[in-house]
Amino acid sequence: MKARVHVMLKNGVLDPQGEAVRHALGALGFDGVTGVRQGKVIELDLADGATETDVAEMCEKLLANTVIESYQVEIL
Amino acid sequence: MRAAVVVFPGSNCDRDLAVAFSAAGAEVTMVWHKDNTLPEGVDIVGIPGGFSYGDYLRCGAIAAQSPICRAVKAHADRGGYVLGVCNGFQVLTETGILPGALLRNSGLKYICKTVDLKVETNQSAFTEGYDSGQVIGIPVAHHDGNYFADPATLAALNDQDRVAFRYVDNPNGAVEDIAGILSENRRVLGMMPHPERAADAGHGGTDGSAMFRGLAGALTAA
Repeated sequence: MKARVHVMLKNGVLDPQGEAVRHALGALGFDGVTGVRQGKVIELDLADGATETDVAEMCEKLLANTVIESYQVEIL
Repeated sequence: MRAAVVVFPGSNCDRDLAVAFSAAGAEVTMVWHKDNTLPEGVDIVGIPGGFSYGDYLRCGAIAAQSPICRAVKAHADRGGYVLGVCNGFQVLTETGILPGALLRNSGLKYICKTVDLKVETNQSAFTEGYDSGQVIGIPVAHHDGNYFADPATLAALNDQDRVAFRYVDNPNGAVEDIAGILSENRRVLGMMPHPERAADAGHGGTDGSAMFRGLAGALTAA
């Protein structure tokens, strides 16, 4: 089983990298972009028996810093 | 005063921190990230600056899960003193010993320069060598020093007089210009600027020396 974890800065937390990407897109002539948020994707190869609950616990303990980040788990 | 300085793979201010503690009269032991315990009788643990574990995942995130950090957490829970500088501050927030988090600098650039800090409180062993309101020059060197905490945490930090230092001219976007904070029992200090880089007249001033002298005074008497 594989799991894909999406980690994003929470709404309201400033994302200066996303802002820089938005500016760069504007400089390339893409005027239609009003906001960019940049996150990360972590793919996990899971042994038999690992559950979505385990992955959520991994997110809480390590993969995301829940002070500033939110996460979503996708089981593939 | 007996001090222990933690060394992670990628730490690069560990020796500077050890020298600053020694200059204040401390007996210093270096401890390795794989160690499970701190040396017997340690009064204060220093968590140095650098790029522990290459800053992988998030700054300080992997270090926070290392064996030595469990010992540091137990030491803090027992009421022991901890000083985390720069990456050490990031490690302390990642372990949950201090609240909040350090985000990428708002200007996206790595900043390496001496900045003015206002000492917000001298009510701690770390800051008793200063006057509240005093302005000191301490170097910063970081890419992720933009302190963030939610409004409830900020209110608690302010109400409990736990903001130790604020930037006079905020270099990194930190909320409320916060450069360093204390734990509830005032025995853990995390700060982005490097006091150990301002503890020798030959190297960038001596405004940081009072912190190590103050600690030596407080912890030797205790």
